[in-house]
Order: sequence, then C-alpha cells, then structure tokens
Amino acid sequence: MQLNRKLLGHIYMAAFLLYLMLPLVVMAGAAFNDSKLPTVMPWKGLTSRWFVELWNDNRIWGAILNTVWVALAVVALAVPIGTAGAILVNSVNGRVRGILYGLMVAPILIPGVVIGISTLLFWHQFSIGSGLHLSVLGQVSYIASFVMLLVLARLQSFDHGLEEAALDLGASHAQVMRRILLPHLYPALGAGAAISFFQSIENFNVTLFTRGGADTLTVYVFSKVRTGITPTINALAFLMIMFTLIFAIWYEINRRRKAKIEAARENDARRATALEEAV
Amino acid sequence: MEQLYRRYGKGLTFMIVSLTAFWLLVLVILPDFKLLEASFRPYLPVVDIGGPKDTYSLGNYAQILGNPVDFSSFGLSFQIPARVKVFVLTIIYSGMVTLIAFLLAYPLCFYLAKVVSNRSLPTLFLLLFVPLWVSEVLRSFAWFIIMTLKGPLNAILMALGAIEKEIRWVDGYSPVVVTLVYAYVLFMVFPIYNSMQSLDNNQLEAAEDLGAPWWRVHWRIVLPHSKPGIASGSVMVFMLSAGSLLVPAIINSTTGNWFTQTIQGIMLEGQDWNTGAAFAFMLLLFCTVAVIAAMRLFRVSLSDIAR
Repeated sequence: MQLNRKLLGHIYMAAFLLYLMLPLVVMAGAAFNDSKLPTVMPWKGLTSRWFVELWNDNRIWGAILNTVWVALAVVALAVPIGTAGAILVNSVNGRVRGILYGLMVAPILIPGVVIGISTLLFWHQFSIGSGLHLSVLGQVSYIASFVMLLVLARLQSFDHGLEEAALDLGASHAQVMRRILLPHLYPALGAGAAISFFQSIENFNVTLFTRGGADTLTVYVFSKVRTGITPTINALAFLMIMFTLIFAIWYEINRRRKAKIEAARENDARRATALEEAV
Repeated sequence: MEQLYRRYGKGLTFMIVSLTAFWLLVLVILPDFKLLEASFRPYLPVVDIGGPKDTYSLGNYAQILGNPVDFSSFGLSFQIPARVKVFVLTIIYSGMVTLIAFLLAYPLCFYLAKVVSNRSLPTLFLLLFVPLWVSEVLRSFAWFIIMTLKGPLNAILMALGAIEKEIRWVDGYSPVVVTLVYAYVLFMVFPIYNSMQSLDNNQLEAAEDLGAPWWRVHWRIVLPHSKPGIASGSVMVFMLSAGSLLVPAIINSTTGNWFTQTIQGIMLEGQDWNTGAAFAFMLLLFCTVAVIAAMRLFRVSLSDIAR
C-alpha cells in the first residue's frame, strides 16, 4: 500500500516533468525542420538555415541589445530602491509599518497592463514621450518590490547591536552602512539583482505600452509571431533552451561536487573523533 | 525612524527616505492617480485639450456598455454588452486556470514535500526551474505550435486513429486556458510546497495510525496546514492570468478574447488613451477587490501572500 502510493508519486512527478519539457522539445525541434512554418509534424528534412537566418537578422540583435540595456538599468535602479524601502520599513513599527509594507508589496499584484498605461500617461503630462526609459521606470515600480522582500527577509537575521557597537567605537555613519549593514545584505542584494535582471528580460506588458517604437526581445518575438512567423524564432528558442540547460547542468555538477566534499569532510571529522576516543 | 537617524546619520537617512518616496510616489501612487484622472477626460485632438470640451465625465466608462451580444451561461440566455462579456469571461476563465493549476500542483507538492527523499530534491527543483527560465513568450509559442491545425497534436491523434479530420484546437477559450495553466502552474507549486514542507511528519503518521483514510488525512491535516501557500499561489496565478496579455495574444484565438486584449486594442490600435485608462482602472479596481476578498476568504494577510 505504502509502496504503491510512492510509486504513484514517482509516476506523477515524471509525468509532470514530461508535461513541462515536451512543449519545449517540440518547439526546439521545429528549428531544424526545413519547412516555412514552424512545425515538426510534416518533417521535411534537417536544415540549419533558420540559424543562419537568425544570425543575419539585424533587428533581433538590436532587440537583444535593448533588452540587456533595459535590464541593467532596472537592476541599477531597483536594487538601491528596494533596499532603501526594506531598511525603512524595517525601522518603523505598528500601523505605519503595515501601510508602508502594503504599498510596497502591492505593485507585484498590479496587472502589468495597468502599470504600463499609468506610467505612459503620468510622464506624458510632463512631455516625456514613450520609449525604453519609460519601460525602465515602469518595470522598476514592481521589480523593486521583489528586492524589498528579499532584503527585508535578510534583515530579520541582522543584529542591530553590531551597528551600535561600531558607533560606540567611533565609526562614522557611512562606515556603519558600508562595513556592517551592507556586507550582511550582500546575499540578498545579489539575489535581488539576479531576479531584477530576469524579471526585466521577461517583461512584456509594461514594455509593450511604454516602449514607443523600440524593440525588446519579448516584444520582437511577439510581433514576429503575430506577423509572418518563420522558424527563426524556434532557432532562437533552441539556443535559449540549450543555454538554460547548460547552466542547469553546470549548476548541478557544481552542487554535487560540493555535497561530496562536504560529506567527505564530515566523514573525516567523524573518523578523527572516533580515533581520539579510541586512543 | 529616530533609530534610522541615529545609526546612519542625516545624509544616509535622507537618501533612504527619498529613494523610497521616489519609488512609492513617483513610480506607483502618482501614476495611478493620473490614470484615474485621465480616465474621466474625453479623448480629444491636441488643440482641444484644456479647452471648453475638456470636462470630466463618465463617458469613457460608459463605453464598456455598448454593442450588446448574446450570452448564455448556466442555462440562462440573455443579452449583455460585448466588452462586459469579455471582462466576465476573462475573470471566469482566470478562475478556471487557477483551479486547474491547483489540482495539478497539489499532488506534486505533496510528493516533493513528504514523499521524495531529501537527496533528490535539489535535482528535481532544478528540473522544475528549467522551463521557468525559458521566457514566457517562447513557452506560449510552443503551445501555439502544438495546437495549430497542421500541428503535432492533430498529427499524433490522427496517426493513432483517434480522430479522422484535423480538429481546430485554437477556438474559443480552451487553448488560452491550456497555455495559461502551462505558463503559470509553477507559481502555484512553489508557495504550496513551502507551506507543506513545514508540516510535521508525525502528524501524518498519527492520523494514519488512528485509522484515517488517505483522503481524510489530506482534508483534515495537509490541506488546512498548507492554506497560506494555497492562498498565495492562487492569488498569484489568478492575477497573472487575468492580467496576461502575452498568452492570449500569442494564441490569438479570435473567439477567445481576453480583457487585456480589449485594452490593448483601445490603447495601441485606437490610440484612445483616455478610454484605455478607464478600462485599465476597471481592471485595477477588480484586482484590488479580488485580492482583498481572497485574503478574507482564506484568512491570510498580505505578508503571507507576498512570500
């Protein structure tokens, strides 16, 4: 009975992973099909022409460059803003804390369409027209919330006594910030930067309404799907999946090696104590 | 506040407060007020802006009421405005996406939290993360390929002899629902897993020893314990689905329009920013009400949802 249920669990897990992976396999497969439409089923032979076309598509390279610039700008703004928000909300109590926290979390739940349109209208009244700069501002408004949550979680394990001690020993305020608080927050800041970067690359809704005429990768792929699709998009998808997979495998190998070293070290320690006891 | 001043001094405190103020005021609150203000103004040519015709009215909101169409639901059939219909259907189908995602995620989370050995857990999570890193636009595109008329789904079913003629899958709302579930199911998995993981195994064993059948163990112990995670996942998936523009636009089912597509049409094709603002504000209002309702229903706070 117990065994059966476990088996059922394994089967479900495998089926779920298959469900997640299969569409990606289909999409990547279409990149190699010698057919004008992106599909796998009437297989017309293996080709690499879509990769060549992808390489020669200048618009896509421009779009990728734009995407990276926007993502870097979002990281540069969202990390300090989210960190400042977390420090501020952590230093107040009671009702104010609740309201402030609510305001800082709410942008995550606001639909991207609303953020995009409100950003566009707000800056338009100051005669600042649409373009990728507005996309950055719109994206920061909710991506800063993710950074805030990460930093706030990290702040819970921070001992404010350290800051007091540093001040008593004559450290300046800037030193307290730079030498005590920030080093403690580094892991959260790193994670925040990574999440900001990927959220920005993924973003579509905000960008669509604020971008003006500029392309980002998501918007470009979207417009490509709507007007005359060719399998160049699949070639791009294949490359992105491969990139992700290589990263995942590298990460997994690294993790296993670390786990092995850890286990070996533990083993050594255990043997050493056993030896000591025996002696 | 005084603490902040004492620790970091005048300059840094000022910086922290002003960065936060810039975020909350300039990037969040004021744009939303502008959205509300613009939504009451008429759509005018540039010369008339600020002129005598530029008065506040509910005209933009009234635009949702035009163009009545037939609507039948629960055996009742009546006429409602086309855009209201799209709005209502968007909400209904987003609810359906949330429910399906929950049903798919729950057994998986239980497996991950309570059945599988700790050693294989990191590998499994890595595998789950891989599709999440492939961008949303490409994941929707994958389903578009699968479901096209000459696509692999029809080809496989025909090869198996299950169907004789190709089926038009991209019709109505079901292709959009299928793709949304695929795109967002992982946002249901992680929060439920997190809350389920903290459940003490002894509780499960005790219940089983006392003779509870498996479904009662779930109903009385696992389900109540994972409530915060379920609330968080459901709110996340519902909001993402109702606010999604990418997925319905890529699937592009002409008989399965999403409300965000209506807004996009008004804003970008009609270039009528004021009516667009009114519709966007309606969506915002609905989402706010929905989140508050979900918080009351599940008796959780905002900090539970945002975890």
